[in-house]
Amino acid sequence: MKSAHKVSTHTSLSLMIMAIFLMTKMMPAQDHPDLPEGDQCIKCHMEQENMPEDFSDFDTHLQKNLSCAGCHGGDASKEDMDEAMNPKKGFIGVPAKKDIPRLCGKCHSNIDFMRSYQPRISTDQVDQYYTSIHGQKLKQGDKKVADCTSCHTGHSILSAKDARSSVYALNVPGTCKKCHSDAAYMKEYNIKTNQYEEYAKSIHGIALLQDLDTSVPACNDCHGNHGAIPPGVKSISHVCGICHSNNMQYFSASTMGKIFAEEGLHACEECHGHHLIKKTNDDMIGIGENSVCLNCHSQDDEGAKIAEEIHADLHTTVATYDSAQKVQKRVQQIGMDDVEIGYLLQDSHQSLIQARTLVHTFNPEEVDKKTGESLKNSEAALSLADQLIKDYNVRRKGFSIATIFITILVIALFFKIREIDKKEKIKQS
Amino acid sequence: MIKQFLASSYDWLDARFNLTPLIEFMQHKKVPVHRHSVWYYMGGVTLFLFMVQVFTGILLLLYYQPGTDSAFESVRFIMTKVQFGWLFRSIHSWSANLMIFFIFVHMFSTFFTQAFKKPRELTWISGFALLMLAFGFGFSGYLLPWNELAFFATKVGTDITGALPLIGDMIKTVLRGGEEVTGGTLLRFYAFHVAIIPATFTIVLGIHLLFVQRQGMHEPDYMENLPQEKKKMISFFPNFLLRDALLWLIVLNILLFLAVFFPWEIGQKADTFSSAPQGIRPEWYFMFMFQSLKLLPAHILSIEGEVVGVLFFVVVAIIWLLVPFWELKSPRTKGMRPMTLIGLVGIIFILVMTIIGYLN
Amino acid sequence: MKRRRILNIILSGGLIGWLASVLYPVIAYLKPPKIAEANVSEVKAGDESQFSNNSGSIVKFGRKPVILVRTEAGDFRAFSAVCTHLDCIVQYRKDTKQIWCACHNGTYDLQGRNVSGPPPRPLEPYAVKVVKGEIYISQEKENA
Repeated sequence: MKSAHKVSTHTSLSLMIMAIFLMTKMMPAQDHPDLPEGDQCIKCHMEQENMPEDFSDFDTHLQKNLSCAGCHGGDASKEDMDEAMNPKKGFIGVPAKKDIPRLCGKCHSNIDFMRSYQPRISTDQVDQYYTSIHGQKLKQGDKKVADCTSCHTGHSILSAKDARSSVYALNVPGTCKKCHSDAAYMKEYNIKTNQYEEYAKSIHGIALLQDLDTSVPACNDCHGNHGAIPPGVKSISHVCGICHSNNMQYFSASTMGKIFAEEGLHACEECHGHHLIKKTNDDMIGIGENSVCLNCHSQDDEGAKIAEEIHADLHTTVATYDSAQKVQKRVQQIGMDDVEIGYLLQDSHQSLIQARTLVHTFNPEEVDKKTGESLKNSEAALSLADQLIKDYNVRRKGFSIATIFITILVIALFFKIREIDKKEKIKQS
Repeated sequence: MIKQFLASSYDWLDARFNLTPLIEFMQHKKVPVHRHSVWYYMGGVTLFLFMVQVFTGILLLLYYQPGTDSAFESVRFIMTKVQFGWLFRSIHSWSANLMIFFIFVHMFSTFFTQAFKKPRELTWISGFALLMLAFGFGFSGYLLPWNELAFFATKVGTDITGALPLIGDMIKTVLRGGEEVTGGTLLRFYAFHVAIIPATFTIVLGIHLLFVQRQGMHEPDYMENLPQEKKKMISFFPNFLLRDALLWLIVLNILLFLAVFFPWEIGQKADTFSSAPQGIRPEWYFMFMFQSLKLLPAHILSIEGEVVGVLFFVVVAIIWLLVPFWELKSPRTKGMRPMTLIGLVGIIFILVMTIIGYLN
Repeated sequence: MKRRRILNIILSGGLIGWLASVLYPVIAYLKPPKIAEANVSEVKAGDESQFSNNSGSIVKFGRKPVILVRTEAGDFRAFSAVCTHLDCIVQYRKDTKQIWCACHNGTYDLQGRNVSGPPPRPLEPYAVKVVKGEIYISQEKENA
């Protein structure tokens, strides 16, 4: 035979590339370079395209090399299905809902084990969980309440600090909402399902959901994480007081606070609501249309009188502040310097905010201390503005006087010119 | 008594500098009086406004601090904290605009009265140089308060110079002191505005005035053919000067009125990272050019519209500069002279474009 | 004749008046205002002895409020007094020896770092110099 078939370089190169391509397609684990190699569970399940629905590469357990067998049991090194998914090797398949906290708790309640991953991590989640309504109902066999995976997911678990996590601050309301806003799902529990709706309209909700501000409370900040329970009567003001500490202190020390505690009233919630906490305004106190005091008080009782006194005080202070602001605008308009005025108004506003916080003492004298400061600054701003407007008018007056003088000079000059012209004409002729 | 003092001072100086021939020359200077002699005052008013600018400019120099961190604040300081600072700053800004306005009036009046004809060609040329320098004054000074409008007007203005073919980019970079308008631009414009242009302007102005003094005022045609005795004249000194002074007093009063009733704004501090605010536009004396450029299509015969526009204005400027040399001699017939027509077309174009620019 | 003299008097009087009316504003302008400079880069907060250990006070830095803290050990620190959460003015607390914002219970340590509560960022630090017993606060320069 003469020459053997020579395969051209081009053809052989393309064949090699195609081969490599096909091989990688047959090894889906290769597409995910972060996945643990040598883990037969993942390899096989990926090939079979039989991965759990909520699987993602960045699941924190996976990243730390705790793969399928770590929770589901079995032997991850075995290729053969029966050997790998062998109950004798601890394989449990999909765990029963009731067993999930115990399963997670195997590691997460064991500080000796967890500390090697995170020295400061807490390990009381399961204990806390069983104090919650979710935990109690789960013990009783309820199939619908939240277990660990309901909030954390099963296979895309991430730290709460990770913005992709289902339990990251911005995502918490959406996670709780999945059950708690589903009226059909929650039917048998006889609790409201409008919490998310109300929260979304509240000042906290708007900040969190629209402004993406994580400094405001999400569901877990008030209700707790694993020991989730509606705050008891005693604890509401404490919960709000975590951030609104002054309001809590003043309220607890006030007569109202003591009476509320005795009567078992829900402190902050009685006036401000719990989910639908709207932006506060000065008309909430007093005996006006929007007053919350009249929810309990009658128009002419002791309490109402105090409320009205406080309201009137705030009202005058705000009115003075507003008029100072208006005058500031006028000063800006006429082109005079409003920076000092702005500074005074800043101080005045600060005092006003403090006065509003002091409302929670329900003591008109206390409120008056701060409104007095605010009034002082607003009035200083007003007089400074008056001074500047006066200066502005002085300039105009000065101009008129200057014009008069210049006009006299111009007229005199005009006559002088005439005189000199006449002299010249006489000289010429 | 005062007369005695003045007389002896004069004698003292005369003995040293031989002032008498100069004084005699001055005393014999005459200014023609005719239907259009009112326009003779326009140059003087411009000169007066320039002196106001130098005076108020020097005062502002005492408190103004160039630099992105201090320019705006120092202007604000002048307007609000320095006694009468508001007055001198507003006068400076208004007088700048009035000066350029009167330059236009003065320029067009000399054009229409044909005062540029021989032997006054160089007076026209030096005057044109002063016009360009005045534009430079206006453009550089406008940036100094470092507020939003000024910053963007400078950006757009220097962008337009960049449209010149070949040398445009270099001019733009040299003007800006870099690729973008920055603190470096501010410092450069400051140097232009308080040192480079004032020095140049003063020299060219001196030359311009020297020419005028040496040659006297241009007389209209019909006067030229009259015998000397028949010509109506007044002495430059003191008659014409006193009239000048009268007019200057009135202009000063107008300036004061504008400064008090229409104070110049401080504006918002320039932010080099923000996008141009709505309605930025150059000062009114650049508006007609800006507006004409806006109206041009994006491309004219495969050349960028903007380049064509800028080149057009450069060519027009050169033609305008050389007016004394190509002047179309007009036949002595009734009807408008062709030069007058050209001048009118120019003025109408400028007016219409300026008005359209402001209506937008 | 008389008319001429009156005219001359008015003219000279007017001229002098005019000159005075120009010179008066110019001279007033030349006198520097109380705050000699437009931009504040340094502020004198007072004498060392005015500040006791473990105390804080608000000082005006141009238009911005600055909190000046004297630690227990006696050294001075200064920070912007505007809370990074919602712009309330912060205060120094002697009991916790931290900087605190009363509005929503935000806390900063003595490095200005936000350590608890809603504030998202630390307080901007200012440089403090003690020269001959006088306290000077200035803008912190960036490290080269």
